[in-house]
Amino acid sequence: MSKNLRINNKQFVDETRKLSFVFNGKKLYGYKGDTLASALLSNDIHLVGRSFKYHRPRGIMTSGSEEPNAILQIGNDDALTEPNARATEIELYDGLICNSQNCWPSVKFDIGGINNFLSPLLPAGFYYKTFMWPASFWEKYEYFIRKSAGLGKSPTKQDPDMYDHRYMHCDILIVGGGVSGLIAAKIASDDNKKVLLLEDKELLGGSLIYDDNDISKIDNQKSSEWLKKLIDNIKNDKNIIIKTRTSLAAYHNYNFLLARQNLTDHLSVNVRNNKIRQRLYKIRAKKVIISTGAIERPQVFHNNDRPGIMLASAVKKYIDYFGVRCGLENVIFTNNDSAYETALSLHKSGTKLNAIIDIRDNSSSEIVNKVKSLGIQIYWNHTIVNTKGYKRINKVSVMKLNDKGNDVIGKKIELNCDCLAISGGWTPMVHLFTQSGGKLKFDNKDNIFVPDKTNLNQLSIGSAKGDFELDDVLKNSIKDTKKFLQIENSNFDKIDVKCSKEKEKKNIWLLPSDKPLSKTKPFLDYQNDSTAKDIKLALREGFKSIEHVKRYTTTGMGTDQGKLANMHALGIVADTTNTNMGDLGTTTFRPPYTPLTFGTIVGRNVGQFFDIFRKTPMHDWHVNNNAKFENVGQWKRAWYYPKDDETMHDAVQRESKAARESSGILDASTLGKIDIQGTDANEFLNRVYTNAWSKLQIGKCRYGLMLNEDGMVYDDGVTTKLGENHYLMTTTTGGAANVMSKLEDYLQTEWPELDVFLTSVTDHYSTASVCGPNAKKIITKIFKDLDLSDESFPHMSFKEVKLGEINCRVMRISFTGELSYEINVEASYGKYIWEKCIEAGKEFDITPYGTETMHLLRAEKGFIIVGQDTDGTMTPVDLQMDWIISKKKYDFIGKRSLYRSDTIREDRKQLVGLLTDDPNEILEEGAQIVKDENKKPMDMLGHVTSSYFSPTLKKSIALAVLKEGKQLKGQKLLVPMIDKTIKVTVSDTVFLDKENERING
Amino acid sequence: MFLINCPYCGERDQSEFVSGGEAHIVRPKQPTELNDDQWAEYLFMRKNIKGIQFERWNHAHGCRKWFNVARDTSNDKIEKIYKIGEQPPKL
Ligand SMILES: [Zn+2]
Repeated sequence: MSKNLRINNKQFVDETRKLSFVFNGKKLYGYKGDTLASALLSNDIHLVGRSFKYHRPRGIMTSGSEEPNAILQIGNDDALTEPNARATEIELYDGLICNSQNCWPSVKFDIGGINNFLSPLLPAGFYYKTFMWPASFWEKYEYFIRKSAGLGKSPTKQDPDMYDHRYMHCDILIVGGGVSGLIAAKIASDDNKKVLLLEDKELLGGSLIYDDNDISKIDNQKSSEWLKKLIDNIKNDKNIIIKTRTSLAAYHNYNFLLARQNLTDHLSVNVRNNKIRQRLYKIRAKKVIISTGAIERPQVFHNNDRPGIMLASAVKKYIDYFGVRCGLENVIFTNNDSAYETALSLHKSGTKLNAIIDIRDNSSSEIVNKVKSLGIQIYWNHTIVNTKGYKRINKVSVMKLNDKGNDVIGKKIELNCDCLAISGGWTPMVHLFTQSGGKLKFDNKDNIFVPDKTNLNQLSIGSAKGDFELDDVLKNSIKDTKKFLQIENSNFDKIDVKCSKEKEKKNIWLLPSDKPLSKTKPFLDYQNDSTAKDIKLALREGFKSIEHVKRYTTTGMGTDQGKLANMHALGIVADTTNTNMGDLGTTTFRPPYTPLTFGTIVGRNVGQFFDIFRKTPMHDWHVNNNAKFENVGQWKRAWYYPKDDETMHDAVQRESKAARESSGILDASTLGKIDIQGTDANEFLNRVYTNAWSKLQIGKCRYGLMLNEDGMVYDDGVTTKLGENHYLMTTTTGGAANVMSKLEDYLQTEWPELDVFLTSVTDHYSTASVCGPNAKKIITKIFKDLDLSDESFPHMSFKEVKLGEINCRVMRISFTGELSYEINVEASYGKYIWEKCIEAGKEFDITPYGTETMHLLRAEKGFIIVGQDTDGTMTPVDLQMDWIISKKKYDFIGKRSLYRSDTIREDRKQLVGLLTDDPNEILEEGAQIVKDENKKPMDMLGHVTSSYFSPTLKKSIALAVLKEGKQLKGQKLLVPMIDKTIKVTVSDTVFLDKENERING
Repeated sequence: MFLINCPYCGERDQSEFVSGGEAHIVRPKQPTELNDDQWAEYLFMRKNIKGIQFERWNHAHGCRKWFNVARDTSNDKIEKIYKIGEQPPKL
């Protein structure tokens, strides 16, 4: 360290704890308590990156979350590296590694810097205008843009860190632990409210905690001393929960807020193991107080972006809080009194201040008079017209403003400096207020937007509300908090505050230069490299809405969401178009307020916890028998059971052959099951299914089709009459929850007069389905006393039978076309019964089959699967299932829609079978069907919905939906694929056993 | 994320509920008597207003009961919650 930039200040930085870190490969040192930014500055490093478009050298500019330039890549580990970290927010830890990210090949020599010289060619909208055409060139452009733009690297390996979520509830949530938030917390706590206080920094106190001038006094004490006592008091207050290093990410309606707490990012990497990195709080607050403070604005003048140009408030914080000088030759450029506090801090720390340039004619406040008395040169009514120094500012050129403030006059004065502290006034942090739906109003006096109307139980206080002077901040915070909480008296009522009062104000959004605007670079948005010229260009090209101007120029669209740029952009638009700023409105601030990592958002819901999955009672058996699984809704269903090195095709062919030739067994436990009871249960079924239910006898089963009110098929399944007023309905696996909701909806809202009760019993029962020519022999072995004769136990009937103590519901129903029995037992016996079936079926080589084989077997029979062969646009008539629509019933859900003008069209898509001319060719599900291949574009007549190779038929079969399909039986059509065209013939939908003989074994 | 005061369970987070669209649309008792236009009016036509809208909500992850909500769509403020079968309040 050649220069002596650290000053003697041990209050917040612990100089006994020296920390080493690496920046761009160079080992440097800082202290515990430093941010990465203050540590870099103490090493005389300002230049930390290159700008996005012009690749201009950029330095640390601020001390907070509004930082546009000091955006670094932290860490060099493939799993832990983090892009876009703001050096001003990173607490220094031992061993920290960081790199500049927006430069290539290095920060000091940047190839993209050539853009700076080409910049007349790179105006606003340049990317839109140039790289859009010709479209085929985009890939080439993209390569260069990405390579030279570069917003950091994402980690390439899985994030090893742990993240957590927690719900919190409180009476009063206070966002921001500065002086106004602390006072509000104390008032609320004294009123016995449960308070949650969030502060995004490590320490409470905001900017007042390091305020060290002799003018501000609270109750006759130095303001910072008074505040420290308040903080001690609050830390011991049982009503107040304090979360530091916690930033509010999002403020939603109904006072629902998300906050992110950093738990380990400030620790050395080697002590972070097994600790939760970040915690996301989901907060419900009865009342919210926003005390997020304000951020200083820069000023907009020619070359206002050089390293060494910083916000005046940041320069002050680096001296007073971190004990770091940002330069040895300072100049201040301001339009308001607050920068004079920086002047006092510089003076007090013995740091050279060459001059103050103030665009105002004069100021006679207490603080300015004090600076005047120190003999510091002040240039009133002057502005900076240019700056010099490529990688670090070294000179400013100053000229006098004319009367209107739109041009400069007189002779140019040159001043040396290595740090320029600028201040353009203050902007309240209203982001959270607007995120929550609040409306702003414009304050002409201070040129700021302040909170106005809100629908929520919410209050903004302090600088966030537009109070900037200490007495206003304190007294209004006390008054407003009391009113908000409906409190008569507080312990702060007699507070005595002394501070300097600003009297003269002046604001010029775009400061003039001695050069014409077209030859200057007055930056607004440092991160996106947009200048005042770009705003003017956008206006000339016809963009009027501030939202359009923002997008066209990209102003305010960086990761800082334009925290520094927005007000100037608005001001310049207002000035150029002669509009009042209040009438322009502001752009929308969206959550998150500061970027969040994905890890924080997902919390613990990663890996196997990402989504819950449901397992049947037989799941372990499937796993042990080498099943492959597929996801059906949240269920894991056995898909197929490959033996040795069988492919899926091999396994499915073997399984389906076994089911047709001897016996197969399927786990059907996932089907939705709804228990229906009540004296009107039968009437209810008549209303929800298309077919008639009145004559169904106890012990019988019936297939039903359910429509939506628009006439489209919604679900299907078999319902069994268990008793006089008792039914068991089955639904599709994926549709179970929706069917239940829909039925409840009709019962509660349309037919409350019906005496019907619905209970979901999907998880309560498990189902083993045994099918095939030998099914009867197997079932006989298990239930020795059960009469399985066709007379006693015909197809579509049900028996209740006991196996020891186990109550079994056995249904003879079939989805495969084979003779088959479904055994339903209480879920806890599911695996036992399943194993019983396997045991009994051993001599018949009983073969477990999965969903894929089930799909094949039913397709051979032309049975539909709702959701595969239907897509919410198919009526029963389209499915050629006219037989299931009762002609006698007066009404059922969807009936009226079956003869709307659209549903009776002859040329609707209808379900058909398809046979390929080459029997070994298997169609792809989803493939399009056409008639004429030569007409371009081809008319698409429909698509394949189900397709398999049938081992029983020894040929490929498919189901498809086809325009006017019913009329097209026997027609030759084409299925064009990427490399060939497949010839097909339209067929019947039933491919096997048209006479239904197999269901009798 | 709203808080919804279920008339059967009390105040709960919005994630426990599903919205069922506009309220007070009664299924015609004799659908077959309606022509296509009248049926389409029932089937498809829904209001989408800025201001107070009457909606059906279901406490899907709770008591499973349906109820009515008068919600201001401009700010999501719930003005009134009332049971199925009750008349919409005058607001
Ligand atoms: Zn409820």
